[in-house]
Amino acid sequence: MAKYKMHILVCGGTGCSASRSHEITKNLQAALKDKGLEEQVQVILTGCFGFCEKGPIVKVMPDNTFYTEVKPEDALEIVEEHVIKGRKVKRLLYTDPETKEHVADSKHMNFYKKQLRIALRNCGFIDPENIEEYIANDGYAAVAKCLTEMTPQQVIEEIKLSGLRGRGGGGFPTGVKWEIASKNHADQKYVVCNADEGDPGAFMDRSILEGDPHSVIEAMTINGYAIGATKGLVYIRAEYPLAIDRLQTAIKQAREYGVLGKNLFGTDFDFDIELRFGAGAFVCGEETALIHSMEGKRGEPTFKPPFPAQSGYLQKPTNVNNVETYANIPIIILKGANWFNKIGTEKSKGTKVFALAGQINNVGLIEVPMGITLREVIYEIGGGIKNGKKFKAVQTGGPSGGCLTEKHLDTPIDYDNLIAAGSMMGSGGMVVMDETSCMVSIAKFYLEFTCEESCGKCSPCRIGNKRMLELLDKITKGQGTMEDLETLKNLAGVIKDTALCGLGQTSPNPVLSTINNFWDEYVEHVKEKKCRAGACKSLMQYVIDPDVCVGCTSCARNCPVNAIQGEKKSPHHINQEICIKCGTCIEKCKFNAISIK
Amino acid sequence: MEMINLTIDGKAVQAEKGQTILKVARQNGIDIPTLCYYELNGQKLENKPGGCRVCVVEVEGRKNLAPACATEVMEGMVVNTHSLRVVNARRTVVELILSDHPADCLSCSKSGSCELQKLAQKLGIREIHFKGEQSTYRKDDSPSIIRDVDKCIMCRRCETVCNQLQTVGALSAINRGFEAVVATAFEQDLVKSPCTMCGQCVMACPVGALSEVNQTRQVIQAISNPQKTVIVQTAPAVRVALGEEFGYPAGTIVTGKMAAALRRIGFDYVFDTDFAADLTIMEEGTELLDRISRHIKGDKDVKLPILTSCCPGWVNFFETNYPDMLDVPSTAKSPQQMFGAVAKNYWAEKLGIKREDMVVVSVMPCVAKKYECQRDEFKTDGNPDVDYSLTTRELAELIKQFNIDFTSLPEEDFDMPLGASTGAAVIFGATGGVIEAAARTAYEIFTGKTLDKVDFTELRGLEGVREATIDFDGTPIHLGIAHGLGNARKLLDSIRRGEANYHAIEVMACPGGCIGGAGQPYHHGDFSIVEKRHEAIYREDANKPLRKSHENPYIKQLYDEYFGKPCGEKSHHLLHTHYFDKSKQVEVEA
Amino acid sequence: MAKVKLSEDKIKKIKAICAEFGNKPGEAINVLHRVQGEFGYLPAEVQELIAMELGVSAATIYGIVTFYSFFTMIPKGEHPISVCMGTACYVRGSEKVLDEFKRQLGIGIGETTPDGKFSLNCLRCVGACGLAPVAMIGDKVYGRLTPDMVKDIINEYN
Repeated sequence: MAKYKMHILVCGGTGCSASRSHEITKNLQAALKDKGLEEQVQVILTGCFGFCEKGPIVKVMPDNTFYTEVKPEDALEIVEEHVIKGRKVKRLLYTDPETKEHVADSKHMNFYKKQLRIALRNCGFIDPENIEEYIANDGYAAVAKCLTEMTPQQVIEEIKLSGLRGRGGGGFPTGVKWEIASKNHADQKYVVCNADEGDPGAFMDRSILEGDPHSVIEAMTINGYAIGATKGLVYIRAEYPLAIDRLQTAIKQAREYGVLGKNLFGTDFDFDIELRFGAGAFVCGEETALIHSMEGKRGEPTFKPPFPAQSGYLQKPTNVNNVETYANIPIIILKGANWFNKIGTEKSKGTKVFALAGQINNVGLIEVPMGITLREVIYEIGGGIKNGKKFKAVQTGGPSGGCLTEKHLDTPIDYDNLIAAGSMMGSGGMVVMDETSCMVSIAKFYLEFTCEESCGKCSPCRIGNKRMLELLDKITKGQGTMEDLETLKNLAGVIKDTALCGLGQTSPNPVLSTINNFWDEYVEHVKEKKCRAGACKSLMQYVIDPDVCVGCTSCARNCPVNAIQGEKKSPHHINQEICIKCGTCIEKCKFNAISIK
Repeated sequence: MEMINLTIDGKAVQAEKGQTILKVARQNGIDIPTLCYYELNGQKLENKPGGCRVCVVEVEGRKNLAPACATEVMEGMVVNTHSLRVVNARRTVVELILSDHPADCLSCSKSGSCELQKLAQKLGIREIHFKGEQSTYRKDDSPSIIRDVDKCIMCRRCETVCNQLQTVGALSAINRGFEAVVATAFEQDLVKSPCTMCGQCVMACPVGALSEVNQTRQVIQAISNPQKTVIVQTAPAVRVALGEEFGYPAGTIVTGKMAAALRRIGFDYVFDTDFAADLTIMEEGTELLDRISRHIKGDKDVKLPILTSCCPGWVNFFETNYPDMLDVPSTAKSPQQMFGAVAKNYWAEKLGIKREDMVVVSVMPCVAKKYECQRDEFKTDGNPDVDYSLTTRELAELIKQFNIDFTSLPEEDFDMPLGASTGAAVIFGATGGVIEAAARTAYEIFTGKTLDKVDFTELRGLEGVREATIDFDGTPIHLGIAHGLGNARKLLDSIRRGEANYHAIEVMACPGGCIGGAGQPYHHGDFSIVEKRHEAIYREDANKPLRKSHENPYIKQLYDEYFGKPCGEKSHHLLHTHYFDKSKQVEVEA
Repeated sequence: MAKVKLSEDKIKKIKAICAEFGNKPGEAINVLHRVQGEFGYLPAEVQELIAMELGVSAATIYGIVTFYSFFTMIPKGEHPISVCMGTACYVRGSEKVLDEFKRQLGIGIGETTPDGKFSLNCLRCVGACGLAPVAMIGDKVYGRLTPDMVKDIINEYN
């Protein structure tokens, strides 16, 4: 990066791209060219910065100025003011919600203060489409070290010592997994990167592949060397076109630079990577299902053992790790296991990336050390609950996880604590909910997902989850009985106990955790036919208070189904038979005359 | 062999390493209920998806329950197969399955043989605590098999049998989640699929999702009609299996009681398909000898090996998968259809009745025969040579319906002349039997000598693919045998590649041959039942006074009176057939 | 002989794609991806031909196509609409947005309008959670949606 005086990093992640960050790049380049500065200032489209709430993000280096919510029209101003005159464009700087002051340097922003970026170290920092930038940041140094200075066994020992556990959900110790695969002898072994991120609301794997694809390639090569595999496969969601594109570019460049292919680093070790595309099946995140899918079959899980490490892809020993796990590998090799295992808690080392979403001020992708509390994540990094509402629950682990409450806010986050609390780490979705979220509906939402994504192979998951969903549906419609709640509890327990794969075994978690933590709310739905969050449509009515309504007609004009009648300047009335409870009227009423009963 | 010690239900047991909890429990007399698990021991077929979760057991130290069918035993393992936790889970799982299963047990085709029904009884399920949506699919009728997909419980047995055992590829699991079922491509009718109608899926299906077309009503109507002369023929394999439906142990021969029962049901003539089997040997054997002689003389156009054509599932299989080889199989009709042709022509003439006034019913160990008798080439002016084909199970149903006390029936003989047969005909019911019967006759015709040792034991057995060379007085004759269509495919492919040098190959679609046919009493995967039927077939053969088809006096009479000679003009017309290309081809759209 | 009818061009293209993957059954999913990319959907005849080329049963291919939500046997509309139902979007009201799309277009999820203009689907997380709730029309992402914006968005394409 030496020849340029200044770099402008523009976020090219999916969120910011959707807000036209490519146009920003183009406009910046055009403005620089116009001013004759294209030789001195480089514009780089990077991977995700994480702060999606305030996207598109533009960062100016070396002074670390962090611009938020930039529009393509702002490009000229950034060039004229910041680049030429050295004056920061104040209106584009982040405003601290508490102090109301502009914060120019991202290091001073609450969102970043408590973060520790290991897996995401290069995201938003380098151009993911340029291998030289990766190399300039110690890229491929780890694999060189492994191949030339370490034996495969030493590599495995290092990973074991680091305490790294699988980041895809289960948390199995990565080094142990590698060791098992290394001990199974075969003419061919495989290394598989699971990039079939399917948890709705988690997108860290995509961000890593989009922002730092080479780290995954490098880690897979190290993995191959450690277990004796010469072939790597990345199983990636077909719905991730940008990630696929960047990964393909990266593989091509890696081959050109001789870091993939034959006789790597002058040794007799060969390694190459191919892509396999997922086709929209969440269950393929389960490793046996993933392997069947890569073999061109229906992605149905099979009973373990045999484990993939014994008989995996094409019946050969196969090691499967997910993207985030891999992203940790090169830096562990370079900085050493003893650096890594000092971060985190006793049994969960390192960091974890979370996709922070929901009713929270700072939605985005964050990476925090294990052991941080939910409170720190939600209130410091996340900036608290949106619109000043009250925190109700936080869901972690996606469809396999559970909802945690106020009482869990000070629990240090790690694999074991989350499981003890009735949830799990999962792939790292973290959805914050305020009092407008109905916990029965949330359980139902996750179950709808599981039902849609169940492969249908085993009866507890195929039929049991459907029956749970039907029971929840009944409850949210105010037709549930206390007996239904008992049936639901028993059913959830049996599904957990009998389902074939991880998807089925964990599918009752959203139900069980909400039953455990929000039992009153279930009982309320059943006994009082009441949804305190006002989310269950069947249990509520929108009513206009005739004393407050001034007859402005705004609600009636905006009602999508013409359910509201009334003369101008006299109180209006909602016809409950027509009303679809969409909530538009409440949003449109400027006089707070409409309420939910 | 490494042995391990473990405890099941408090009982210390020893087991071979690598075995599953299920097998070890069963060896020790502990019954763990199963549903999706299906094994044909000895036939290399195991369906073990671990999907139904009925066989779950508690293993100490494990966080969730373990499927006994898929979990290997380990040293020191402590297994509890019926703890409270297990019983609750098992009941819940079965209730779940029942909650998505039509409750029409009273009239279901599998009522009484349904494994789900039995399981529900065993677990004492009197109430289903889950109510909700049930899957609905279109019912699919074919000439042989009815698919009632609403009843599918996703055990995958049919899929495994259709694809792995038979390599037919008509069925696959489709959709996912609650909508997942086993179905045909694009959920089309079976008749549009590559289905051969072999019916092994019906045999494997634990519930009523797959069943045979039931024609007992039509048969009763025909018998009740005084205008009709109703003739029945019974296939060789039926007599060694029918007894199972009446409490006899597997392998009991009930030929005489069967004939007596048929007479009491009201059939006008109780004949035997065995007669037609002897006739088949005359035709097929002559064809074989003709091809061999021409081959020896150096005729390059002659197609060898000759393939048997008695089995309708097999005929469908090669018509669909080997359209390039339609001239290889024998043109001889199957015994069922030869019988029909003889009955509706020769015998109708003898009785002086019109063919329309004669109804020919067959009792077969087979469901494909239902389809076979409806093939157009086996009809004259729309009137089929065989009107209805019943399975062994349907016959048992009829006997029960007519309140016939089967066990106390006397042993009776078939009616003559079409009830006369030799031991060669009986063994048509087992794999290797047709080729052995052919060898007995072909040897004597080819060599002109008497065959003293009629038992070609080298042709017998239950191995999937077998071969043997028989000495025809100095001429070695290479014979191949396959049962199960997957095994047939192996042989066919070797012929297609020009690697096989057999003179003749016998193929039967079902494992074990007709004794393991899909129309037989359900064996629920217990292949030892088929093995016992196998022994019985050869016992019946050994007990026959005549053991070579050409020695059947009524066959001689039939040729003298009617056909003239084997493969003559009249027999060509009535006893031989031709095959059709049923393969799928891509065509350019106009 | 059962006939599978396809245009000459389609036959050629499908055969070429299968050949590119060595006509290997293990490549079925890759082949289906490519063929769907080419024709937009996977009608029965197309699956039949793929099955023949790869030497597997049509039932097997159909079993795969119906397993993965990415594959479709129904042609998508000219403007395919996907509403994100990921958790982040859900808690920010995407269900209401979806309901409004259904109402405005008069079609359900997985359906196409009679004029072939729009088809409606759900998807799980496009990774633009900062913009939740999100919908995509073609490749264009619409963020921070409310039900009353739906009508205008549809009108952009009419």
